[in-house]
Amino acid sequence: MTITYREALRMGLREALARDQRVFLVGEDVGRYGGTYAVSKGLLDEFGPERVRDAPLSELGFVGAGIGAALGGLKPIVEVMTVNFSLLPLDQIVNTAAILRHMSGGQFAVPLVIRMSTGAGRQLAAQHSHSFEGWYAHVPGIKIVAPATIDDAHGMLGAALDDGNPVLVFEYPALFETAGELSSARVDIAHAQVRRQGTRATIVAYGASVPKALAAADQLAAEGINAEVVDLRVLRPLDMDTVLASVRKTRRAVIVDEGWRSGSLSAEIVARIMEQAFYDLDAPVARVCREEVPIPYPRHLEEAALPQPEKIVAAVKGLFQ
Amino acid sequence: MSHVAAPPPSGPVPFARENSLKLLKDMLRIRRMEEKCAELYGAGRIRGFLHLYIGEEAVATGAMHALARGDNVVATYREHGHALLKGVPMDRIMAEMFGKKEGCSRGRGGSMHLFDAAARFYGGNAIVGGGLPLAVGLGLAAKMRGEERLTACFFGEGAMAEGAFHESMNLAALWKLPVAFFCENNLYAMGTAIERSESQTDLCTKAASYGVEAFPVDGMDVVAAYEGAKRARAKALADGPVFVEFRTYRFRAHSMFDPELYRDKAEVEQWKTRGPIHTFTARLKAQGDLTEERFLELDAQVEAEVGRAVAFAEAAGWEPVEDLTRDVYAP
Ligand SMILES: Cc1ncc(C[n+]2csc(CCOP(=O)(O)OP(=O)(O)O)c2C)c(N)n1
Ligand SMILES: [Mg+2]
Repeated sequence: MTITYREALRMGLREALARDQRVFLVGEDVGRYGGTYAVSKGLLDEFGPERVRDAPLSELGFVGAGIGAALGGLKPIVEVMTVNFSLLPLDQIVNTAAILRHMSGGQFAVPLVIRMSTGAGRQLAAQHSHSFEGWYAHVPGIKIVAPATIDDAHGMLGAALDDGNPVLVFEYPALFETAGELSSARVDIAHAQVRRQGTRATIVAYGASVPKALAAADQLAAEGINAEVVDLRVLRPLDMDTVLASVRKTRRAVIVDEGWRSGSLSAEIVARIMEQAFYDLDAPVARVCREEVPIPYPRHLEEAALPQPEKIVAAVKGLFQ
Repeated sequence: MSHVAAPPPSGPVPFARENSLKLLKDMLRIRRMEEKCAELYGAGRIRGFLHLYIGEEAVATGAMHALARGDNVVATYREHGHALLKGVPMDRIMAEMFGKKEGCSRGRGGSMHLFDAAARFYGGNAIVGGGLPLAVGLGLAAKMRGEERLTACFFGEGAMAEGAFHESMNLAALWKLPVAFFCENNLYAMGTAIERSESQTDLCTKAASYGVEAFPVDGMDVVAAYEGAKRARAKALADGPVFVEFRTYRFRAHSMFDPELYRDKAEVEQWKTRGPIHTFTARLKAQGDLTEERFLELDAQVEAEVGRAVAFAEAAGWEPVEDLTRDVYAP
């Protein structure tokens, strides 16, 4: 079956709501408006206003309430409209959801899923274009997933709900219109995945950068460089085994990160490659990241500020100089 | 809370004729500029988000006429009209909409992020509630520096559910700051009607709980908006913050992406009968302050200004990529 990334997300939500009465969706404009990106469209009619619950502009309040509802025996899916607005409930996520299990001596679980859209590329300017997946991946106690494919858009939500930990699911509006085949395979939220086999360099990417990495690999193949593409999928905990296996094979690596370079997830991956595979490398690891600037509105400047296939191609070629 | 519009504003306009015509012309300037923006959005000249103020013009117009040049304004992403009437030139606004470097924010902000230091316009903020604490700080600065300067902060009723609203009201009242909190209650926050977002839909009751003077104003009536804002300004400068609920309505979608599933066409049509421009026009005509010819003349002047602004924006340039990281820090 061919569906879009958006439809895959919706299908995952519908299945989660249908499967378990404890599951409910709460967030701004998830119901009557039809979902900010039409992801939850139709679910209000299907499941009613108790389980598809519109919330006011109170991100700190309803994310915190989601944590409380999880403690109280429910399985909330909290939608924060975009990662940009998740800075308001950041305190609840970091200071409560992430640490409660450990700090209570293992007594309290927070089986909570927080979904939010993320990323730049649609000329929405600085306040609506952040990529903070890497920030969240800094925090122990939460898991971070980044679906880049149709199967992951569909299946990661269910896996997150089954996980028993607070899981943040990052969704990519840049990919919402992409279509692909939905397979029946179950997905996990534990492993990175090789999306394209290659031998001469490894490109590590996540989220909306995965298709860019694949486009770069196509172009490189045409120029005789056969690159492997690893989709991280799970940003915390990192599946370094998959990354390292690839790097040991190709002996070269470029990390693509839509977040800012300094203190980024890409920095962490480079550091771990240095720690664990330094002697397997034939070249220093390179990175393609967001320029260190708030994202500007004009298209040409926004494009210049973000990772692009051409930049990835140039970075891979740079490994051979 | 009832969504039914009150009867259209009516009755004599108590202003000198020239002042009334200025109010009318300024409402038209916002309306025509935004209609053009909608058209340019369709043509792909303007991108990203675009939130139109159409229907709500009486609020910004009345309020800006009540402010002094030296007053500060903090606004939201629905701020084109506020920026224009606070003194940001229309051509600089239009260039910003295009993302050109002659724009009032060098093209980097676009529709939601108009800034102008000279006009003391502190922005277009696209985080709901984000401007409120900023206004408190601007008020604090004016007070500590002994300046007679109001800070007017505009926000939607949706923002009143955010913690930032409550913290800001409390601080402003506690420190007796010269801040006017101008709530533009258009009954919806995206698709969420006020009765689904506020446990207390009487917004003035809510605001008054902070010990702040609070009163409602008909936001479809530029006369009432002007008088309400004037009263608020005097009060805030004399003894601390004021909250005004401007009751208004947006005639268009929330943004260019909104299919408007959440409200009835009939409701929108009913509110349109209270449209701030045509009702004011009718009142001025009724009292002999305006003829149809004079109206058309004003409108033509406004259309010409819009035409010049678009030409300016078209002719303006793009910021070079080499300047991408300029201004991230002080030089
Ligand atoms: C903190 C935050 N949450 C959510 C949004 C998305 N959003 C943008 S405008 C809006 C509705 C705001 O409604 P209101 O404050 O009433 O202003 P109006 O748009 O009606 O003028 C929402 C939910 C945002 N920009 N910022
Ligand atoms: Mg509103």
